[in-house]
Amino acid sequence: MKTFDYHSPKDVKEASKLSSSKSVFLAGGMTTIPSMKLGLATYKDVINLKGIKKLSGIKVSGKIVKIGATTQHAEVAKSKELKKAIPSLAALAEGIGDPQVRNRGTIGGSIANNDPAADYPSACIALNAVIHTNNRSINAETFFKGMYETSLKSGEIIESIEFEVPSKSNYQKLPNPASRYAVIGVYVARFKGDNVNVAITGAKSCAYLDKNLSDALSKDFSTSSINNVNISSKGINSDIHASANYRANMIKVYAKKAVEAC
Amino acid sequence: MKKINVEVNGKKITKEISDHTVLSSFLRDILNLTGTHIGCDTSQCGACVVHVDGKSIKSCTAFAADIDGSKITTIEGLTKNGKMHPMQEAFKKHHGLQCGFCTPGMVMSAIDLLKNNKNPNDREIRDWLEGNICRCTGYQNIVAAVKEAASKM
Repeated sequence: MKTFDYHSPKDVKEASKLSSSKSVFLAGGMTTIPSMKLGLATYKDVINLKGIKKLSGIKVSGKIVKIGATTQHAEVAKSKELKKAIPSLAALAEGIGDPQVRNRGTIGGSIANNDPAADYPSACIALNAVIHTNNRSINAETFFKGMYETSLKSGEIIESIEFEVPSKSNYQKLPNPASRYAVIGVYVARFKGDNVNVAITGAKSCAYLDKNLSDALSKDFSTSSINNVNISSKGINSDIHASANYRANMIKVYAKKAVEAC
Repeated sequence: MKKINVEVNGKKITKEISDHTVLSSFLRDILNLTGTHIGCDTSQCGACVVHVDGKSIKSCTAFAADIDGSKITTIEGLTKNGKMHPMQEAFKKHHGLQCGFCTPGMVMSAIDLLKNNKNPNDREIRDWLEGNICRCTGYQNIVAAVKEAASKM
């Protein structure tokens, strides 16, 4: 690994000041550190956010769940309060990677990285999340821009993510057997007034809201209404793990599983 | 360079390290604790699992500077007064290894499982060991060893 200067700031202001075009913010490091080792990324400065206490923790208040950016997957998975409010979100965290990854990896790191097969982005979109940074609040739908690309600007730090508590929700994924990344992941969330969001991960350059599935399930929340939705394989990822046709089919299969489990 | 204070296997240690030193290199190259193995070096194989403040992590994917102030337990820290840990005993009894390269990580990970789940079933053991790869045993004897250790711990 190329050398760098390591920083451990005590507050967000200091962290933001240290950043430059040649720096990276470190949360769990589950993607950043292997990328640096493999020579895919080099940085002059690594700015560890873990020492900033206010960035960690889970708060449930009424219809809102607020999760701090450096909260680890294992904490999200175990949180009794969250299991009551949004059990599907705790279950999603429990299915990320492996126990050691869950003990280090963070929600803020995951969404800032925006891996096309990451789990959390689908939860953010389905649960109408608002991403709070040190500068502004961003809606999930505009936050995720493309492959490993978000609307975060240089020096901008995610502080917390706010999720809307649905009346029913479920996340189902076809995991890659080695990495547990989603070959396809489908997050279904139903809110008061029967409005349904269906967010998909693993299928395109990044997670997205499937309007057709969402509309169909908003009208009729049943597996049979999914039968009538046409999922085109156009624009769907095709790689060694799964072809575009297979993925397109799995979107419907996993959407049905999620609806059944709601 | 950064100065870090850590407790490793019960011993307080202060060392100067390079900023980019990862925990696995710190343990192996600086402290000569070579029981922690490095396999893939990218947090997939689990040979480097150690405990930091009671939680299992992959030491190849943590900067030593980030571990400053923590308590670390490695495979060398399990033996008490020359007596093996029940998990080590169980791996020995059930032949939960062949070449042994993955074993330190397997043992450290399995001990963390039993902290979270005192009586895991086969499915739960296999799920938990998702991040530990063994190319010899086919996992059968590893699962048997973890089950036996659970009954004794």
